[in-house]
Amino acid sequence: MSGHDHGDDGVSRRKVLECMTWAGTGVLWTITGGVPRSLGIIDSAEAATAAAPGMTFLQISDSHVGFDKPANPNALGTLEEAVNKINAMPVKPSFMIHTGDITHLSKASEFDNADRIISQSKLDVHYVPGEHDFLDEEVKFYRERYGRGTKGAGWYSFDAGGVHFVGLVNVVDLKGGGLGNLGAEQLAWLEDDLRGKSKSTPIVLFAHIPLWTVYPEWGWGTEDGGRALEYVKGFGSVTVLNGHIHQVMQKVEGNVTFHTARSTAFPQPAPGTAASPGPMKVEDAKLRSMLGVASINFKQNEQRLAIIDTPLQG
Amino acid sequence: MKTLNRRDFGVAVAAAILIPVTTARADDSNMEVHIDNFVFQPPELKIKVGTTITWTNRDDIPHTVVSAGKFRSKTLDTDDKFTFTFTNAGDYKYFCSLHPHMTGMIKVE
Ligand SMILES: [Cu+2]
Repeated sequence: MSGHDHGDDGVSRRKVLECMTWAGTGVLWTITGGVPRSLGIIDSAEAATAAAPGMTFLQISDSHVGFDKPANPNALGTLEEAVNKINAMPVKPSFMIHTGDITHLSKASEFDNADRIISQSKLDVHYVPGEHDFLDEEVKFYRERYGRGTKGAGWYSFDAGGVHFVGLVNVVDLKGGGLGNLGAEQLAWLEDDLRGKSKSTPIVLFAHIPLWTVYPEWGWGTEDGGRALEYVKGFGSVTVLNGHIHQVMQKVEGNVTFHTARSTAFPQPAPGTAASPGPMKVEDAKLRSMLGVASINFKQNEQRLAIIDTPLQG
Repeated sequence: MKTLNRRDFGVAVAAAILIPVTTARADDSNMEVHIDNFVFQPPELKIKVGTTITWTNRDDIPHTVVSAGKFRSKTLDTDDKFTFTFTNAGDYKYFCSLHPHMTGMIKVE
């Protein structure tokens, strides 16, 4: 199926249904004035073409290197498949972000293996940690590798292609009964970081656990995420990217687009559809359709954002 | 993994049946909490001072057992155990520091 534009006058019901049928193949979204429009279903080659000539970056998440249970006995192997997929893209993305859980048990060997595979993409990678990356007693492996130049537990910001990116850490100091946590120090830093930025600057916040409340019963949300979102309220285009829940989920609220990427390791159930959020065992033939990467494109001066989720296998 | 757990459980049950009642009573000072599907089971236990509790993680995802200022396990991978002996009376609220919605309670009297 080739890419098709739904036109400026809205999306016809027929085409929406068409897109939903093919949702597993990858959907290209554009955001115009805060309203998402599906441009249709495309494979990664068409996506890259459709996305050009804006700035494109990739999101990869939840690699869980070291995981070897039945849901995916070879998480390192599927990470390598994802990297191969990235290397085969016709247009090289500007860089990559990794939204955490690089490793499963924070072992030095797991970080080594993850590095070895991810570096094959030859892309700059900007990381934020997941809770699985902070399991070593002294919490030093992640910070020694990826924490240089970051504040606190590893938060930082940078600018690329006219977009202001902020990497946040919401996996430390988690309180009993609660959700993800940013903490007062990080929130104060964020407020300060955004101060003075022009409201027309597109903002991308990325963190491991969703900043929005997806499903509190499973801890899928961030206690003080709302505070962070208040600080970006006045900006014209805000994108919030996360991992942690191992499935594509998207919502738009005003000028804020929330998007969750797939894992490269194993799927997790949709909220409330299983006894727990633990790894979901699916038929071997189906696994790769539930793992994948996301690429995000900005068209400057148009405030258009396109997010393309590409599974490892359609 | 599930199969293995079930087999372990079978062995445990068989062993328990073979232990004479007197020994079983002495075993009251040792109790178990299992982690299954992101839940501490049982979620609340009432025990006597001197009781030792062993937590076993039966999930495919690591968990921890943490009671602020009281005890803190290392990260428990699948089938890993953590043991703590309660020498003081009181209520011990605990949780998993990786999945803080997982909570449990030990009441020691
Ligand atoms: Cu846990």
